[in-house]
Amino acid sequence: MSKLTDRNIPELDFNTPALLRHRKVRALKDRSATVGIAIGGCSVILAVLLICFYLLYEVMPLFSGAEVDKRAAYDLPAKEQGASLYLTTEEQTEVGMRVSESGNIIFFSTADGSVIEQVENPIDAKVTAFAVESDTSFLLGFGYEDGRVLLAKHKYIISYPDGNRQIRPVVEYPYGTDGISAGDFAIRKLALRDSEDKLTIASLGDSKSAITKLDKEVNFITEEVELTETTQALPFVPNTAEMLVSGDQRYLYVASVQGSLTEFDLRDYDDINLKAQFELTKGDAQVVSMTYLLGQSSIMVADTSGRVSQWFNVRNADNEEILTFIRDVKQPVSIENIAMEHRRKGFATLDDRGVIAIYNATSERQVINERLSDETAHLIAFSPRANALLIEDSSGIQVYHVDNEHPEVSWSSLWNQVWYEGYQEPTYTWQSSAANNDFEPKYSLMPLAFGTLKAAFYAMLMAVPLAICGAIYTAYFMAPKLRRKVKPVIELMEALPTVILGFLAGLFFAPFLEENLAAAFSILIILPVGILAFAYIWSRLPAQIRWLLPEGWQPLILIPVVVLLGWFCVAMSPVIELNFFDGNIRSWVTNDLGITFDQRNALVVGFAMGFAVIPTIFSITEDAIFSVPKALTQGSLALGATYWQTMVRVVLPTASPGIFSAVMIGMGRAVGETMIVLMATGNTPIMDFNIFEGMRTLAANLAVEVPESEVDSSHYRILFLAAFVLFIFTFVVNTIAETVRQHLRKKYGSL
Amino acid sequence: MKKTSVSGWVKSGEPWVWLNAGAVAISVIMVVGLLLLIAVRGLGHFWPADIVEGRYALPGNESYKIVAEQVESVDVPSAQLIEAGIEVDESITVMQRTLMKVGNRDVYGADFRWVIDNYMEEVTRPEMLFAAERREWGNMYGYLLAVKENGNIVASTEDKAPTDSSLATWATLQERIERALAIHEEIYQVEKHDIGKINYGLERLRLQQRGYVLENQLTPERMADLESERAVFDEEYKVLQQKLIDLYTQINRDTILVEAMDGTIIEQSVAKIVRAYLPNSMSVLDKLGFYGSKLWEFLSDEPREANTEGGVFPAIFGTVMMVLLMTVLVTPFGVVAAVYLREYATQGVLTRVIRIAVNNLAGVPSIVYGVFGLGFFIYFMGSSIDQAFFPEALPSPTFGTGGLMWASITLALLTVPVVIVATEEGLSRIPRNVREGSLALGATKAETLWRVVLPMASPAIMTGVILAVARAAGEVAPLMLVGVVKLAPSLPLDGNYPFIHLDQKFMHLGFHIYDVGFQSPNVEAARPLVYATALLLVIVIALLNFSAVTIRNHLREKYKSLEM
Repeated sequence: MSKLTDRNIPELDFNTPALLRHRKVRALKDRSATVGIAIGGCSVILAVLLICFYLLYEVMPLFSGAEVDKRAAYDLPAKEQGASLYLTTEEQTEVGMRVSESGNIIFFSTADGSVIEQVENPIDAKVTAFAVESDTSFLLGFGYEDGRVLLAKHKYIISYPDGNRQIRPVVEYPYGTDGISAGDFAIRKLALRDSEDKLTIASLGDSKSAITKLDKEVNFITEEVELTETTQALPFVPNTAEMLVSGDQRYLYVASVQGSLTEFDLRDYDDINLKAQFELTKGDAQVVSMTYLLGQSSIMVADTSGRVSQWFNVRNADNEEILTFIRDVKQPVSIENIAMEHRRKGFATLDDRGVIAIYNATSERQVINERLSDETAHLIAFSPRANALLIEDSSGIQVYHVDNEHPEVSWSSLWNQVWYEGYQEPTYTWQSSAANNDFEPKYSLMPLAFGTLKAAFYAMLMAVPLAICGAIYTAYFMAPKLRRKVKPVIELMEALPTVILGFLAGLFFAPFLEENLAAAFSILIILPVGILAFAYIWSRLPAQIRWLLPEGWQPLILIPVVVLLGWFCVAMSPVIELNFFDGNIRSWVTNDLGITFDQRNALVVGFAMGFAVIPTIFSITEDAIFSVPKALTQGSLALGATYWQTMVRVVLPTASPGIFSAVMIGMGRAVGETMIVLMATGNTPIMDFNIFEGMRTLAANLAVEVPESEVDSSHYRILFLAAFVLFIFTFVVNTIAETVRQHLRKKYGSL
Repeated sequence: MKKTSVSGWVKSGEPWVWLNAGAVAISVIMVVGLLLLIAVRGLGHFWPADIVEGRYALPGNESYKIVAEQVESVDVPSAQLIEAGIEVDESITVMQRTLMKVGNRDVYGADFRWVIDNYMEEVTRPEMLFAAERREWGNMYGYLLAVKENGNIVASTEDKAPTDSSLATWATLQERIERALAIHEEIYQVEKHDIGKINYGLERLRLQQRGYVLENQLTPERMADLESERAVFDEEYKVLQQKLIDLYTQINRDTILVEAMDGTIIEQSVAKIVRAYLPNSMSVLDKLGFYGSKLWEFLSDEPREANTEGGVFPAIFGTVMMVLLMTVLVTPFGVVAAVYLREYATQGVLTRVIRIAVNNLAGVPSIVYGVFGLGFFIYFMGSSIDQAFFPEALPSPTFGTGGLMWASITLALLTVPVVIVATEEGLSRIPRNVREGSLALGATKAETLWRVVLPMASPAIMTGVILAVARAAGEVAPLMLVGVVKLAPSLPLDGNYPFIHLDQKFMHLGFHIYDVGFQSPNVEAARPLVYATALLLVIVIALLNFSAVTIRNHLREKYKSLEM
């Protein structure tokens, strides 16, 4: 035998050069395939996991604090003119400006402190008071010992000779260089407020005070502004620390050093009356400074106890504006000076130790607290973009670069109630953008999270009973032949694009429901009762008829029944409305129940999103019930239990972890669903569980706002945070569901 | 079987079983009902509706004539009407209200009117009432009075019944419409293709010049070259412009005089008419023909009038392009990742964790992928690409804004878990001994994979890919952030180099539904079109899903003998 083989089969040489080469190539291919697949596989998996990290990467800066670093320090420019009364810079932080005690305006380079220009005070009298209209209007006021007031405006003219930016500072005097006579006394304290149509100046001397109003009127012929001056004496408030004219020039606030605030009503100049009095400080703390926050709505009061409190007008039940304490922040020692950010609701405090703290009023967040100077520091100022901070102390001026991108966001402003300016009480509000610049952004994620859960809740309310009951029947009672037909139909339901469901919900179902509101609720009662009644009648029918319907085909005969019942409900809807709700159920809901009714409401969303969630829950539940080992059910049946008893006592408890995971996964889908909510609700971020009102969900909010938010702004990052919250929520929910399911599979794999 | 008492019946658990059966029935009814609703509304849109004429008078008001298409009817309780200030007979409790499409938006301001059926009188369907679809202001309804050429009447009639003169005038109008349509097609060709090409060329020259400037290489010779090329384009443009002017004078030659429902006579330019027809005198066969042409227009034409009329071809095209690109991306990567996880990686805790993670990513809301796509791909990678490769186009972004490429990549990322999960499942089904047999015969691991394992797993891969495609085709939310627009000026595939414009924004069927249904100025008029678009999308997705099932079954059959 072996000889035969030897003869027939020629000697095989597996090591010919060609074969060796071939093997080498094959081995090389194999190795490169291994490496290639490993690299490819890992990179795909990494790319997918990158989502999580990228979202986090975009969110992180929100919660990191501010950073400051020193850019320059130099002697006080034009030191001989005395210390500064006011300090600021222009937009680019290239040119600094200070107002000296002598009343001169000194422009200097922020980089090295060299004087660029010094503008002498045009009035030859001693400057005894100084006031700033607001940082953003660039309007300054000087009060003199002879009772005059001069208004000056600093401006910066930017030109680009040979492509390089050049900034030339100028000072203008919008009301002339002669000054306005505001009183017949040496002015000690000054407050001013300017607007399109009038200018108000409050001045206070050693024993007298007065208020001056300049009404502006544009002459139609010459187009020149004509001024009408009115001066009126004011009741004198002794020991005045600060005065403020409100943004709308209706009220004058006078704070005494001891901390009592007197509010005057300026609306009628012939009858200026005392409106109210408040205590601004606690204990014997004395008022250091009182200034408006951006927007001239909130008054910030700093005192010697280190407390900075925020106050604004809140309308009470009688629609009266009452100055109300809102919130405060505290430093351990007395505040020396306070500076407002020009474009945000932020401020910085300088205390007696030379410690600088930067806060944001809305979020009550302290972003930095650092000792940058010594006890001699007395003045701080922000650049307009709040990216630089100037400190004046005995050694001169220090310039710090400030990196403070997102002070308006804090954990509490995102998830707690916040008292926003102009609101009657602390609220959860989402309002990310508005037309004007001094808008206070309202970034509370609560209404969105609430809306998300509300939508998911109503969707689950609709989907869970239908899907689980349907799955129970399909898996356990249904004839296999019918089951093979029903399952693809339900799975097709899953493949339906949600944009179609949303469109039908918004444009077909919402108006339909509004017309037939009575039907929507009557169907809840009529449908189950009708089915039961039909089932009972069916059980009483003669056997010959009953046997026409094989076991497990009940849904087939129920389809016409359900259609009929549904049609009956819709047809009865006007009749019900007529007999029980005076013909208009909508107005009954609004007037008698006192519930707001939106056409696109939670009921519509619940129905449409329930529709989208049913197939998910259905197929997983069906799977779980179907995979309950037959031995268990057969044992139960053999012991004499009915089918239903077996179902409830044996099958359901066994499959319950699977059903639980089905509900979880369905919930995850409902929470993240975007298009249905976007189209079937009004997208108003309200916090109300009312079924007849809409909501705005996190996902819909992303779809609406992400495209128009400015890259890397706080708004943008908060939207990323919303996306991250959605991501984590669904990820966790799905992981729990998946683990439960795998556990279940392992448990019954052995049975 | 003896008859049971009620309590016995309840005890047997039968009621519960019936209730569960009811849940199945309700679910099935909902699915089928929804599909029927879309189908009926979507397909019904193309059927030419009769135009009715009648007198309408609310009690106490003067009567007026109405000429309109009936759109839909609803029942309203009389009480609601009384509340709205309409006098209603006490004995009637429910009345029918009909939405009428009166058209002629240029004259009446709105296309639609609600009328209460009980107060419509003398309803007739005159044969010579015609409907005209226009390029602006929606449909026109009325009687044709005359056809004018350069302001001179060439055919006219005073009859509102089908007489010789009215039919002759009608025939003249049809001829003129044919002619205008031909000219319109020519104008379209010139504006879209010829001038589009020139604009594209000019833009390319501008970018080239800017590129030279940025690199400090703009020599006088190059400048001269650019200028001469530009001069050629300008020359061509002048010729085309003259041609356009001629075409426009030609197309604006004809007008018609139409008597509207309130007796006003409207002069309408024939150039703006897309088609005119007499629905009341059409036979069923005519209507079928009309239906076919409308359906074809819907599938092959561009949208008109802020997407509320015309076709959805650009949206179909955009959807297909995007899905194809996505498939090209998702298939290899998904399969490689699955093969790595199942065949190459050491099975352990880490692979199990990764498996669960990948599985769960399929459940992460699609909008999150959209946000990620916008932040990472567009703002981060896109702007880097722009700075590196397209500095001459800045500050207008090339890839730094939403576009076809980013949309495809985002959706690929969204659907890659589907492919991975399906492929892995397919790989896990392949018996160990098949692999071992191949290895025993001396094949390397790569050869085993390529020749044995992957072919056997192909049904599963195919299923995964098709499911991914079906999901991608219906997904809208992420696309809204990464490159879909309501109206794209041109298709992402055209005759200009480089032919496929990956940076261009595109239209999408799903977004079209959202946009036309919710952002359109005239929702009522656009609604039928939205139903038709929805139907189209449902059909596409249902076909994809069914083909996934069929392919899976077919391939399973093929490899059945191996799966022992």
